[in-house]
Amino acid sequence: MDYSNIIDLLYLVSIIVFIIGLKGLSHPESARKGNQVAALGMGMAIVISLFAPETGDNNYLWIIGAMLVGGGIGLTSAKKVAMTKMPEMVSLFNGLGGACAMLIGIAEFGNLPAGTEMMSGAVLTNIFAMFVGAVSLTGSLVAYGKLNGSLRDNFTLPAPQIINIASLLGVIALSVMIMTQPELNMALVYALLGLSLFYGIAFVTPIGGGDMPVVISLLNSVTGIGATGAGLIYGNNIMIIGGILVGASGIILTVMMCEAMNRSLVNVLVGNLGASGGGSGSDREEIVKEVNVSDLAIQLKYADKVTIVPGYGLAVAQAQHICHEIENALEDEGVEVRYAIHPVAGRMPGHMNVLLAESDVSYDKLLELEPANDSFPSTDVVLVIGANDVVNPSAKDDTSSPIYGMPILDVEMAKNVVVFKRGMSTGYAGVQNPLFFGDKTKMLFGDAKASLGKLKDEIANA
Amino acid sequence: MEQIINFLDDNTLAMLSLLVLSSFLGMEIIGKVPTVLHTPLMSGANAISGVVVIGAIILIRRADATDYLTLVLGFIGIALAMINVVGGFAVTNRMLDMFKKKERKN
Repeated sequence: MDYSNIIDLLYLVSIIVFIIGLKGLSHPESARKGNQVAALGMGMAIVISLFAPETGDNNYLWIIGAMLVGGGIGLTSAKKVAMTKMPEMVSLFNGLGGACAMLIGIAEFGNLPAGTEMMSGAVLTNIFAMFVGAVSLTGSLVAYGKLNGSLRDNFTLPAPQIINIASLLGVIALSVMIMTQPELNMALVYALLGLSLFYGIAFVTPIGGGDMPVVISLLNSVTGIGATGAGLIYGNNIMIIGGILVGASGIILTVMMCEAMNRSLVNVLVGNLGASGGGSGSDREEIVKEVNVSDLAIQLKYADKVTIVPGYGLAVAQAQHICHEIENALEDEGVEVRYAIHPVAGRMPGHMNVLLAESDVSYDKLLELEPANDSFPSTDVVLVIGANDVVNPSAKDDTSSPIYGMPILDVEMAKNVVVFKRGMSTGYAGVQNPLFFGDKTKMLFGDAKASLGKLKDEIANA
Repeated sequence: MEQIINFLDDNTLAMLSLLVLSSFLGMEIIGKVPTVLHTPLMSGANAISGVVVIGAIILIRRADATDYLTLVLGFIGIALAMINVVGGFAVTNRMLDMFKKKERKN
C-alpha cells in the first residue's frame, strides 16, 4: 500500500492550519489564538515528518536528542529574554533557521549519488538553499550584533556597494562553475559557502540606525525563502509553502515598515542613514531651557490634557512602570493622559506597544501617529521620554537631514513640550534635534527613571 | 535547450505553480496589519520559517546509521531550527499575553 498520498494529505491539513494561524496573527483580536494555531500546525507537520515512510535508517535517537536540545534552549531563552531585547532575539532566532537551511544544503551536496548530472534541478536547489541560508545566518548575526551594541552601529566595509555587487556576482559565477563541472567539485561548493556567508555580512553592515527593523523583517523573509529552497530539495510541500508564506508576508511587512518611515526599500538598503553625521542643523538659537521637577509637577497637575511620547530610552531605563504610575496619579487629578506611539518607536515597529502593555498601560490610551498629531494642538503638555528621532522636526523642513521625509510626531504643535533626556547626545540615527532648542521646549536632564520617580513624588506632594 | 527542458519536467512545473500561488497567498494574508502587531507578527512568522526543521529531520532519517557527517550536520540543523521554532512561538505567545491582560481589565 502506498502511504505517500496519505502523508501528502496530512501535510496539506497542516498547511491549512498554518495559513489560518498566520491570518489570525495579523488581526489584534485573534493574534494570540493565531500564534497558537500556527504552533499547532508546526507540531503536526513535525510529527508527520517523523512518521512518513523513508528509506534510510531513521536514526530517531539523533532526531529526538536534537529536538530536545533545541526545544529546551528555545523555551528557556523565550522565557528569560527581556521585552526590550525582543529585536535581538528575533534576529538571532531567525539566523538559526537560516543556518539549518544552509546545513541541509551542504549535507545534500555530500549525499549526491556519484555520477549525478551537475546541470540539474537537484544541484541548483542545493546551491539555492545553501546560499540563502548562509546569507540569512550571517546577516542576522550582524543585525544582532548591531542591535545589542557589540558591533558599532556605523561599522561598515570600505566601498560597501562595490563589495556587495562584486560578491553577488562572485556567487553567481561560482554557482555556474559548480553546475558546469563534469562531476561534483566540493572545493567549489565550500568556496561558494564562504562567499555566501561573506555576502550576508556585506549586505547588512552598511545598514544601521533606525533602519535595523526593516533589515530584520527582510532577513525574516529571506529565511522563509531559504526554507522553501530546502523544501525544493526534498519536494516537501509543507516546507515549500510554509517558507514562501513567510517569505512573501515578510516582504509585505518590510514594505509597510518602509512606508511608515516614508522611504523606499531600495533607499533603506542602499542609502546610508546610520553612518552619516547629520544635517546642517537649523537656524534656531542653540539655547536650551531647563525645567525643574517641582515646577513640572505643578504644571502637569493643572493641565487638562497630557500626552506622553515614549521612546526606546524609556524602555532601556526600565521606566515604563513608573510612567504608568504617573499616568494613574495624573488621572486621579482629573488630567487626561494619552500615549503617542510612533510607528517605529522602540527598536521594531510595534515594539513600544508591547513594552507599554507589559507595564499594564491600557490599549485605548495609545494613539497612533495621525490621531496623535491631530490631538497635539489641544494638548497642554507633551512629555517626550527617551524619544529623539521620532520627534525631530528636521524630518519636516531640513532637506539635508538624513531623516528628512520621515513622518514624525509633531509635538511642537502642543502648548508645552518637556524632553526627558540623559544629556545632549544625538538619537539612534545620529542626528541633532532642533526640537530641544524650540521656544516651547524645556529640558529635564537625567536618568529617565530617576526623573520620573521624583516627578511622581512631587505630584503626590504638590 | 534540452537541458532547460530537462529542468522543466512535470514535477518542477507543479512545484513552480505551488511557489507562485503560495507567494500571492502570503502577500494577501497579511493585508493591512496595525502597527501594534508588527513585532508579534514578525516574531510569529519567524517561528513558522523554522519549518525548515522538517528538512533536517528528513535528512537524518534518510541517512545511514554510520554516516556520521550527515548525522552531525542534521543534528545541528534540527537543534538550531528547533530553537527558532519553539523559542519563536513561545516568545510571540508571551508578547501577545500582555495584550490579552489589558482586554480582561477593560
